[in-house]
Amino acid sequence: RGGEEEEEEEEGWHQLYPGHIRTSPLQKTLLAAGSAVMALYDPYRHDMVAVLGETTGCLALPNLRDKMKNHPEGYRILRERPRIRLSTLDMARLQELPDGSLGREYVRFLELNKVSPDTRMPPKFVDDEELAYVIQRYREVHDLMHTLLGMPTNMLGEVVVKWFEAVQTGLPMCVLGAAFGPVRLSTRKLQVLATELVPWAVRSGLNASCVLNVYYEQRWEQPVESLREELGIFPPP
Amino acid sequence: GLAAGPEMHFGFQTVTEEERREKIYQVFESVAKKYDVMNDSMTLGIHRVWKDILMHKMNPCPGTLLLDVAGGTGDIAFRFINYVNSVRQRQLQRKLKHHQNLSWQEIFESYQKDRLNSLGDSQVVVCDINREMLKVGKQKAQHLGYSEGLSWVLGNAEELPFDDDKFDVYTIAFGIRNVTRIDLALQEAYRVLKPGGRFLCLEFSHVSNPLLSRLYDLYSFQVIPVLGEVIAGDWKSYQYLVESIRQFPPQEELKAMIEDAGFFKVDYENLNFGIVAIHSGFKL
Repeated sequence: RGGEEEEEEEEGWHQLYPGHIRTSPLQKTLLAAGSAVMALYDPYRHDMVAVLGETTGCLALPNLRDKMKNHPEGYRILRERPRIRLSTLDMARLQELPDGSLGREYVRFLELNKVSPDTRMPPKFVDDEELAYVIQRYREVHDLMHTLLGMPTNMLGEVVVKWFEAVQTGLPMCVLGAAFGPVRLSTRKLQVLATELVPWAVRSGLNASCVLNVYYEQRWEQPVESLREELGIFPPP
Repeated sequence: GLAAGPEMHFGFQTVTEEERREKIYQVFESVAKKYDVMNDSMTLGIHRVWKDILMHKMNPCPGTLLLDVAGGTGDIAFRFINYVNSVRQRQLQRKLKHHQNLSWQEIFESYQKDRLNSLGDSQVVVCDINREMLKVGKQKAQHLGYSEGLSWVLGNAEELPFDDDKFDVYTIAFGIRNVTRIDLALQEAYRVLKPGGRFLCLEFSHVSNPLLSRLYDLYSFQVIPVLGEVIAGDWKSYQYLVESIRQFPPQEELKAMIEDAGFFKVDYENLNFGIVAIHSGFKL
C-alpha cells in the first residue's frame, strides 16, 4: 500500500511551476466547495477567494488565454510575461507623470487605499503553466481595474469591480463574488449598487474589449480617460 | 521505518537527517496557531476521545510527576491536571466523611489546608522542541486558567534536558512520529523515568482491515490536505502529516523498538481499528 501511495504522491512533486500543487478532480471539487464557504464565512481570507478562482476557472481561463493569443497586444503579454510588482515598477517615475495619466492615477490609487501590488497570491492549483500566468496577470491587473473604473477598495467598490470582471472574464469566482458580495452591504448602498453602479459596470464590461489585452506597463503616460475610451469603458457615474 | 544512513523520510520525500529536523520544525511553526482547530476538523473531534482514553489508561494518582514530551499545545497536560484534581476532590470528600465528629472550626481548617494543595503535589512538565507550539500552549493555559503544577520547557525528545530517574510517567501523544531518531527518544524516555515509571505513547498507527484501510487512505489523502488549505491556508503541512503517518512503524515494530530501549511489559491497544494505538511499557 505504501508503495502505491509513493508513486501517486511523487507525481505531485512534478511541479509545472514554482508553487504548483497537483490535485485530483475530487480534491479540486472539495477545494472549490471549501474555499467558497470559507470565503463567505471570513471575508478576510483572500487566499480562499484565490483558491476558488483557480479551482473553478477550468473553462474561463483557457477562454481568456485564447482571447489573448488572438490579439496582438495580448499575444505579446503572453510571450513576454510582464509582472506588476513593486520591484519592477518605477514608482518615482510614475509619481511624476501628469495628473490624469494612468501611471499617476494608479500610484494615487495605491497610496489612497494603502494597497500594494505585491499582495497578490501566486497560483497553486492551476494545472497548466500558461493558464497559471493568465490568472496571475488577472490578479495583478485588478488594481488597475479599480483605477480605470474609479472604484475604491471598500466593499462597495470591490463588488462593482467584481461585476465588471465577471462580465469580462467569465470566471466563476468573479460571478460568485459579484452575486454574494452585496450580502454584507447596507440597504442604502445596495440601492446605489443596483440602480447605478452595477448597470454601468455591466454595460462597460460588455462593451469593452478584453482588459487583459492591454500592455499597461507600456501605457503609463496615457491619460486614463483616453484609455477608457479606447477600451470602451463608459465614464463612471 | 528507521533511517540507516543520512537519507531519511520527510513524508514521501527523501531528505537528510538535518533537513528533516528543519522541515518538521517549520511545519509545526506554521501550523501552531491552527493546530487545535485542525485536529478537531480532521478527526471530527475524536482526537479528544483518544486523549481521554490515554488519561484513563494512565489513571494517575495525586502526587504523580508527569513528563509530557512533544506536548505543544497542552492537551495532555490539561487533562492530567483535571484528572488528578478530580481524584483529589474525591479523596478529600472521603477524608471528610470519616471525620463526622469534628467541630465546624476543625472542618474549616482542614478545607483551608487542602485547598492550597488541590493537585496533591502532582506536577506536569510540558516539553516541546518548537517555540511556537509552546507559545500557543502557554496562551491556552492562561486562557483556561491552568497555572498550578504546570511547567513549560523547550527541549528535544532525542536529548532531554532532565536528570535520570526523575519522572513517574512519560507521555508522548502524536509526537513520536515527528521525531527524527525514534530510538534516541525512546532511550531518553527510559533514562528520565524513575524505576517503576511508565512510558505511554499515543500515535497514529496502521489499519489492517483492507476495506477500512482504503477508506482511511481516501479520506487522508483526498480530504485532509484540502482541510489544511481551507482552514489553515497550509496544504503542504497537512500533506506531510498524512504521508508521515504512512511512514511510521506499525504496532508490532514500534513495540519491538520500545522493548529495545529497555522497557518491560510492553503492550499496545488499538483504537478505532488501528487508526491510533496506545503503546505502554515500564522501566523496572
